[in-house]
Amino acid sequence: MIQNLTTEMFIQSVANAISVGSLYAMVAIGYTMVYGILRLINFAHSDIFMMSMYFVFYLITIFALPWPIAFIAAVLATGVLGIVVEAAAYRPLREAPRISVLISSIGVSYLMENFGVVVFSGIQKQFPPVPAFQSVVVIGSIYFQKLSLYMPVVTAISVVGLLYLIDKTKIGMAMRATSKDYETAKLMGININTVISTTFAIGSMLACVGAIMWGLKYPKIEPYVGIMPGLKCFIAAVIGGIGNIKGAVVGAYLLGFMEIMIVLFIPALSSYKDAFAFIMLIAILLLRPAGILGEKKADKV
Amino acid sequence: MKKAISLALALTLAVSFAACGGGGGGGNSQGGGGSESDVIKIGVFEPLTGGNAGGGELEVRGIELAHEKYGEVLGKKIELVKADNKSDAVEASVAASRLVESEKVDIVIGSWGSTLSNAGGPIFKENKIVCMGASCTNPNVTNSNEYYYRVCFIDPFQGTVLANYAFNDLGAKNVAIIFESSNDYAVGLKNFFEEAFKELGGTISSTSTYQLDDTDFSSQLQAALANNPDCIFAPGNFTEAALMMQQARQTGSDIQFLGGDTFEVPELITIGGDAVEGCAITSFFDPAAPINDTTTEFIEAYRAKYNEEPAAFAALGYDAYVTVYKAIEAAGSVDSDAIRDALSTIVVPGATGNIRFNDKGDAIINLAVLKVVKDGKFEYLSTVTID
Repeated sequence: MIQNLTTEMFIQSVANAISVGSLYAMVAIGYTMVYGILRLINFAHSDIFMMSMYFVFYLITIFALPWPIAFIAAVLATGVLGIVVEAAAYRPLREAPRISVLISSIGVSYLMENFGVVVFSGIQKQFPPVPAFQSVVVIGSIYFQKLSLYMPVVTAISVVGLLYLIDKTKIGMAMRATSKDYETAKLMGININTVISTTFAIGSMLACVGAIMWGLKYPKIEPYVGIMPGLKCFIAAVIGGIGNIKGAVVGAYLLGFMEIMIVLFIPALSSYKDAFAFIMLIAILLLRPAGILGEKKADKV
Repeated sequence: MKKAISLALALTLAVSFAACGGGGGGGNSQGGGGSESDVIKIGVFEPLTGGNAGGGELEVRGIELAHEKYGEVLGKKIELVKADNKSDAVEASVAASRLVESEKVDIVIGSWGSTLSNAGGPIFKENKIVCMGASCTNPNVTNSNEYYYRVCFIDPFQGTVLANYAFNDLGAKNVAIIFESSNDYAVGLKNFFEEAFKELGGTISSTSTYQLDDTDFSSQLQAALANNPDCIFAPGNFTEAALMMQQARQTGSDIQFLGGDTFEVPELITIGGDAVEGCAITSFFDPAAPINDTTTEFIEAYRAKYNEEPAAFAALGYDAYVTVYKAIEAAGSVDSDAIRDALSTIVVPGATGNIRFNDKGDAIINLAVLKVVKDGKFEYLSTVTID
């Protein structure tokens, strides 16, 4: 089964796995943040990811903005989109049973996908190329895109920044309070709506950063482009322990490595790559339902 | 928390089952055709969203162009009813049922992608509706389905053309294959190529697979390139192929890629960019080598309407419509059996050549065109005939 596995191939695969893992991490954090605070699995997250790719596409192709400005504008626009989605679809259901919010999020997801088909058309588009990221670097006999060097860095900065925000700042304290006990937090004078809006904005902005890197690595955009990354990153978040940001990162890299390495060692299974993610999910739910870094706590439902 | 997760999973499952649910339960048809209304409805069964959307769009363009020219038959207006099969086999059977049961179309054209055609086929057969495939090249589409016809060549032929080209023209003795295992077309073409290539004396150095909508091909490429093949044959969908070629170039390899007819969609080039340069493909038709007067007529009409060079899929969509039109005219009704009788005898001058059918419902074609991607265009290489 193993075909002439060389050290170069192995190192090349490690490089691939790190870049794929970094991508998953950016999106997985969004799932985990929203879950941590609202106990809501935001199914619309994958479509926010998709929309942000179209933002970049239109900002660069129609408004002809240079890429750094387009990227920043897209990140901001996606943050606004996250706030709008929350205000329109989740806030009115704040006092409703959790299942209603979940169904609302599925509704938003379908709405955005079909909006995409109608407005952007179902035909695939190319994510605008940015040579600064996509040019190839050669070290010895290992080839990779410059992007692969930046991706772990961007992910690391985002994670550190986010942890700082949550552990050290006032809004972070409010987030933690809301997550612990939403009623009491409200009684203590915390503006729950602001906290939740901020959470959605940050989660969506991270999804946009993830989407930009995804688009640079796999330059294809279509209205359903978010589904698979969304599912995979949701799995990564669950593996790591949903609700736990470090867990999401660990889960994402684990998933990235598993996917790449299994195919490296057993090439015959290459088309079953996606299946491994789901097998891992089942295994983790059976063996350690709280996830790798998730703490066991009494269910509040 | 555990509860919430299992709930979420259960919901996801429920949603996906609900999506499948629409396909079942079709018993109330009365043979579909032969309706007495004053319009004739032609179903357009194509992928308009999802991974194959670019291909479906081209065929729809050809069909609409032909519809503009031939809009009326037997004194009735022809109406096109589009059904999006969403590049997915399950959705394809839903779309086929919708065309047959709620839209009550008289005849159907499509689909791009043999997997989608295979999913719709049994529904058309059960309801006795003739379906005219435009570019579904897998042999199984018309096998054991006397209501399915097609105007294109089939994959045993295409596989042989590609194998000959690889072995004789490219001088490849050693070919690696990466194919889309979720696609009937790609699996079939891979097998026919392999058979023909081995018969010529070549070897297949490695075989790996991928699925529609995959984005990362680094592992497959690594496995393929490890054996230093002369070229990579990659039957499958165009977007995935574009990403694959890009990723191959990123590993520093300038290996020759070879693909089938499904590559000839503009999105291969818009998504793949420079990386797809040099990729060789088989095709049905090229505007650079008009076959007859209909071809010239079609090319001019297409340029006038869409302001670009027609792709082979558009030509096939055009031909499928014209064939259906001529068959209805010859049959004098939209009764499925009368249309089938007409199809067994007529010869239709199409943009891709003269179309007549064998007793399986396949167009009798011994001509294919080879093209290569050059300067961001599909450039005509040569015309091949095999007897």
